[in-house]
Amino acid sequence: MAEISIRDISKTYGKNTIMQGVNLEIRQKEFVVILGPSGCGKSTLLRMIAGLEDITKGEISIDGTVVNALEPRQRGCAMVFQNYALYPHMTVAENIGYALKVAGVPKAARLERVAGVAKSVGLGEFLDRKPGQLSGGQRQRVAMARAIIREPKVFLFDEPLSNLDAKLRVQMRHEIRRIHNQIGATSVFVTHDQHEGMTLADRLVVMNKGTIEQVGTPEEIYERPASVYVAGFIGSPAMNMLPGRVDASRGAVLLDNGQSVPLPAQQARAANGNLVQVGLRPEQLFLASPASAQLTATYVFQEELGSGRVYHLQIEDIPLCVVSTEKRQMTEGDTVGLSFAADAVHLFDAKSGRRVARGTADRVLEVTA
Amino acid sequence: MIERTPILNIVTHLILIFGLVVILTPIWLAFVAATHTLQAVNSHPIEMWPGDQLLINLREAWAQSDFGPKFVNTLIVSTGVVLGKITLACITAFSLVFFNYRGRIVIFWMIFITLMLPLEVRIVPTYAVAANALSPFQTIMDAIGLTSLINMISGIEVALEWNLLNSYTGLILPLVATATGTFLYRQFFLTIPDELVEAARMDGAGPLRFLWDVLIPLSKTNIAALATIMFVYAWNQYLWPLLVITDRANYGMVVVQLSDLVPDQLTTGGGTPTWHLAMAATLVVMLPPIAIVIFMQRWFVRGLINTDK
Ligand SMILES: Nc1ncnc2c1ncn2[C@@H]1O[C@H](COP(=O)(O)OP(=O)(O)O)[C@@H](O)[C@H]1O
Ligand SMILES: [Mg+2]
Repeated sequence: MAEISIRDISKTYGKNTIMQGVNLEIRQKEFVVILGPSGCGKSTLLRMIAGLEDITKGEISIDGTVVNALEPRQRGCAMVFQNYALYPHMTVAENIGYALKVAGVPKAARLERVAGVAKSVGLGEFLDRKPGQLSGGQRQRVAMARAIIREPKVFLFDEPLSNLDAKLRVQMRHEIRRIHNQIGATSVFVTHDQHEGMTLADRLVVMNKGTIEQVGTPEEIYERPASVYVAGFIGSPAMNMLPGRVDASRGAVLLDNGQSVPLPAQQARAANGNLVQVGLRPEQLFLASPASAQLTATYVFQEELGSGRVYHLQIEDIPLCVVSTEKRQMTEGDTVGLSFAADAVHLFDAKSGRRVARGTADRVLEVTA
Repeated sequence: MIERTPILNIVTHLILIFGLVVILTPIWLAFVAATHTLQAVNSHPIEMWPGDQLLINLREAWAQSDFGPKFVNTLIVSTGVVLGKITLACITAFSLVFFNYRGRIVIFWMIFITLMLPLEVRIVPTYAVAANALSPFQTIMDAIGLTSLINMISGIEVALEWNLLNSYTGLILPLVATATGTFLYRQFFLTIPDELVEAARMDGAGPLRFLWDVLIPLSKTNIAALATIMFVYAWNQYLWPLLVITDRANYGMVVVQLSDLVPDQLTTGGGTPTWHLAMAATLVVMLPPIAIVIFMQRWFVRGLINTDK
């Protein structure tokens, strides 16, 4: 149980500034996922919380104590690494119990706790094995057990599942969430995988090139992405983006190719004349007959998903995807009609890439993010 | 490289066998010579098959060279070199790889340069230092005027002296002070993933704890390799013991003793050369290094098979 407060953090390596002005409040017992593409500084942020990396500027406090100058072991954090980082020469039991050994816990008490923790993650029978004799999933469990046994205030995970196969990854994801709920520590989890982020997080932090783009629940971030970047990063296939200009007199965005997308009158008035990007999620577009459609596009090709299909279309030369459970045969060059609900339209400023607020509810969110 | 052509197989085997013959023939000849009497060993053509005098020759050579205490001496020195070298190499490499401090690169290069200065090259200055291990400090003190200053103030003439001649320390230290082991360790330490270092930090282990609990157990095969190399190297030393040890009765080393048995113009004085004794002694002196190599080999092999990922 701990709250972490990250205030105006910057990080530079030599002359390279890789992180700037990061602010984040993490509440007690919260599961926060830091999401972003590789190289955006997620690990660096996590390692600064852990104490493995110096903080160039700013302040991090855990439970109200500023930890900038504290050694990792004094911060009450435990970390699970991407490549597990198990001690190859120690048995599973020795690996799990090493932190206790260093802390001077007597052997009998140590072994008892090791056995208890190992059992809780399903490693009971492997205590005498070396890491080299374990499968990837089992090693991952050892790494988890090694973190759990220290009864940390904060769990830090750096892409711990990226070396596992898809099925195991889902299983371990549930396991991590179960352990988090059971122990009630605060967890910070770094990943570049949006599914992992969406499914695990109480709150998601989306990062881009060393800055935070948006913070919110997975639902908020999916439904009201704060920028073109977030909109493109969350959701798969990615959100379709159509450039255009707001025209208040017609209550719509006029797309560059002459078609139009209707907007709420209030929003259209507020942004009249602005260059914008219209965002439409592939799963919120429906195939319709060209006559009754709001947009028309040209068919290019399709992909089978089993449960449905991804239709790849074009409006002029702008690519567009539609995900639909409906299965239709089409040939290249066919004209396809598209319809969508009014609230499926996301509007972003073309220049800044930021979201253009739709109504009052939306605006409140902008402020907190 | 795996090739499956019969001709290449035969050729590689021929090369192997040739190499083996080149290496083994002298040893075989030494062994044969050690099993014959003085007359037989000096006969023409030379004997190619063993005789029955081995034990007698061994006993004679052992007694003549006073091998008992000399073996103990050599064992002490070789073990000292092995232990000293492993400790020094390990600690230096640890510092160079895992710590970031000013001057690290400079120190690294200074150590690197000593690779080009084996003991034989720097033997005269090394001898001078061994004669008085504190002379470098004396020189520095003289140069910066500290000696005369002290002399002026207190009237005491500072003359530092620590003589290493005729001592185990004098035999061991110069052999320990080389960079080979440091490099072996450095290369190994560089392969340790950063995550492992960080995991240990998260577990609360300080640097020394990490060295002791993680690095040293992981470098067991390195230690075995270095120990073997250094033991054989120290055991075979000839020039250095010859220089620093004048008190041969107390500090004599086996290889130097052995050279006394090898007949030349001086030792035989025109008499029949006692090759049978020299060769018998050679066999005895060869045994410990061979035993060490055979014994340590098990560790190398285990280290190669047991590659923990
Ligand atoms: N030790 C370092 N020295 C210099 N640059 C570094 C160092 N570590 C990381 N970086 C840079 O910092 C950026 C962020 O790295 P990282 O936090 O590992 O990204 P992520 O975990 O999001 O993939 C990268 O551009 C990387 O090149
Ligand atoms: Mg990373």
